[in-house]
Amino acid sequence: MSDKQFKGTSSYIVTDDLSMAVNAAVTLQRPILVKGEPGTGKTQLAIEIAESMGKPLYEWHIKSTTKAQQGLYEYDAVARLRDSQLGDDKVHDIANYIMPGKMWEAFESDEQPVLLIDEIDKADIEFPNDLLQELDRMEFYVYETKKLVTAKHRPIILITSNNEKELPDAFLRRCFFHYIKFPDQETMSKIVDVHFPGLKKELLSEALNAFYKVRDVRGLKKKPSTSELLDWIKLLLAEDIPLEALRSENSKSAIPPLYGALLKNEQDVHLFEQLVFLDRRTNPQ
Amino acid sequence: MLIPFYYALREGGMKTSITELLTLHEAMQSGLAVQSMDNFYFLARTSLVKDEANLDRFDRIFAAYFKGVDDSLSDLMQDIPEEWLQCQAELSLSEEERKLIESMGGFEELMKALQERLDEQDERHEGGNKWIGTAGTSPFGAYGYNPEGVRIGQQGSRNRSAVKVWDKREYRNLDDSVELGTRNIKVALRRLRKFAREGAADQLDLNDTIDKTARNGGMLDIRMIPERHNAVKVLLCLDIGGSMDDHVRICEETFSAARSEFKHLEYFYFHNFVYENMWKDNRRRQSEKTPTLDITHKYASDYKLIFVGDASMSPYEIAYPGGSVEHWNEEPGAVWMKRLLRTYPKAIWLNPEPKVRWDYTPSVKLVRELMDDRMYPLTISGLDEGIKALH
Repeated sequence: MSDKQFKGTSSYIVTDDLSMAVNAAVTLQRPILVKGEPGTGKTQLAIEIAESMGKPLYEWHIKSTTKAQQGLYEYDAVARLRDSQLGDDKVHDIANYIMPGKMWEAFESDEQPVLLIDEIDKADIEFPNDLLQELDRMEFYVYETKKLVTAKHRPIILITSNNEKELPDAFLRRCFFHYIKFPDQETMSKIVDVHFPGLKKELLSEALNAFYKVRDVRGLKKKPSTSELLDWIKLLLAEDIPLEALRSENSKSAIPPLYGALLKNEQDVHLFEQLVFLDRRTNPQ
Repeated sequence: MLIPFYYALREGGMKTSITELLTLHEAMQSGLAVQSMDNFYFLARTSLVKDEANLDRFDRIFAAYFKGVDDSLSDLMQDIPEEWLQCQAELSLSEEERKLIESMGGFEELMKALQERLDEQDERHEGGNKWIGTAGTSPFGAYGYNPEGVRIGQQGSRNRSAVKVWDKREYRNLDDSVELGTRNIKVALRRLRKFAREGAADQLDLNDTIDKTARNGGMLDIRMIPERHNAVKVLLCLDIGGSMDDHVRICEETFSAARSEFKHLEYFYFHNFVYENMWKDNRRRQSEKTPTLDITHKYASDYKLIFVGDASMSPYEIAYPGGSVEHWNEEPGAVWMKRLLRTYPKAIWLNPEPKVRWDYTPSVKLVRELMDDRMYPLTISGLDEGIKALH
């Protein structure tokens, strides 16, 4: 058990509720499931936890074709079959063809590791169910070698989901849950502050105003999120955009400079331009 | 101590399990929520709520169950002039003094006393232990300490946080009984996904390979099977114009969410009800029509048919020839509807109107009869049921 409390790092701002969820998961050694809009730092959270607690991090990125078994181990039967055709001696020991997966690696770690299971919802609907036992007991059985693999230290498991699929109840019951809501302007200025410490106050507040205005546009397919905001500010600084360009008499009809960094979808850009155009026609400056 | 709260959650419709309750107890035992009520709220939320759709519901139940005295005061507060409460001095109390205040009786008495004192007092007051004002030990007022006291006009956090987090209801728009936005409809439409083996061969079928190799006398014979991918085909028909103008926005959101979901998604527009023609581009609805018969011939019956419309119109528009408001239709809409349903047995109608209003519109009843009651409201839970019916 760790007595360290997770309170965020110099480059990652954590709200009280999130740090409570993380600390609960660390203390009780249960997995924590984190959901939220894309770009709100779900994956980053695992990296920051590992860094602030000084623990090794194992990342398991899930794709639509990933099977639960692949996180434990894989039996490379094709290689064995090939070796048998070629008369290789390796073929007699089945352990030569067992490839440990990310969970196995984390279980073998000599100190308590952080294990990130990223975007669990990308996988097949049965995927979480297949991992229930392993997450509960932190052990699994390798049938081919008749060996039981047990975690040396129960890892801190962080699971992220983008809500593409419902997760089964039995799985959810075993986890702590946190929904990262989109940061309000106050939290957001803190976040920007840790990424761009020297940023001028006025520039930041103008940029944030413009950013939240873009987010408020109705009907956007993909609203800009924290990571887009950070990219955008980086661009603004690189291009040395003057403060006046962000501020405008009639701020509603101004297009923020370099807005391509905020809107990633062609239709969104189009919609946004049309709205600004319409607004200019109705309220000429 | 948490068991009554647990039952309050269950009564409120949350499917919180015993495991989760035990987890919460375990977490409290390890001293995670000792410092404040806020911490307890965060801890309870992270261990008991597992779906952001339920966060708002949880907030409401939590607020009702742990209702402080602050809320019930709002009526009384209006009678108190603000300058009484402007903080001028601060007060720090010793332990004994705090204990003394704790002994002052229950909430009911406090409320009664407050009302009385409001009647008695008619000027600004600060300090002291009776009158309403700031920085005193009276149970009424702010910037002081009284554990059973009533907070009036305090800003920010002092002994406890002033604005309760759970009262902010920040998760209201994630509740699943509210109308759909693009995000939550996407979640629901994804449930349409049905994985089927169809398409190109690109995955090794190990069992079959071993089997075939064995039969082949040990010579390697690699067998492939198709990779799984989404094979759901959807035909989406959207009502546009007329009484649907209110719902155009929500329909477009449905539509834009749906388009990125399926490999085979075809969409058509109709006005009020389906007749012999539908169209793909609403701006060119008069010039570029697609005959409904062509649609039924072109798209096979394994397509799932989804109508989106409010089904609010004159019943003649469904039941009689020539009933359409836009053109002369040789055959009644109901006949066309039956044709479509015969071709596509898996069909549902999504209605953006709230379900309670359906009974007041005769045409909704007619459409429901035609659809064998497969009409669902355009909410997440409605979509859930609808999609179940499509399977």
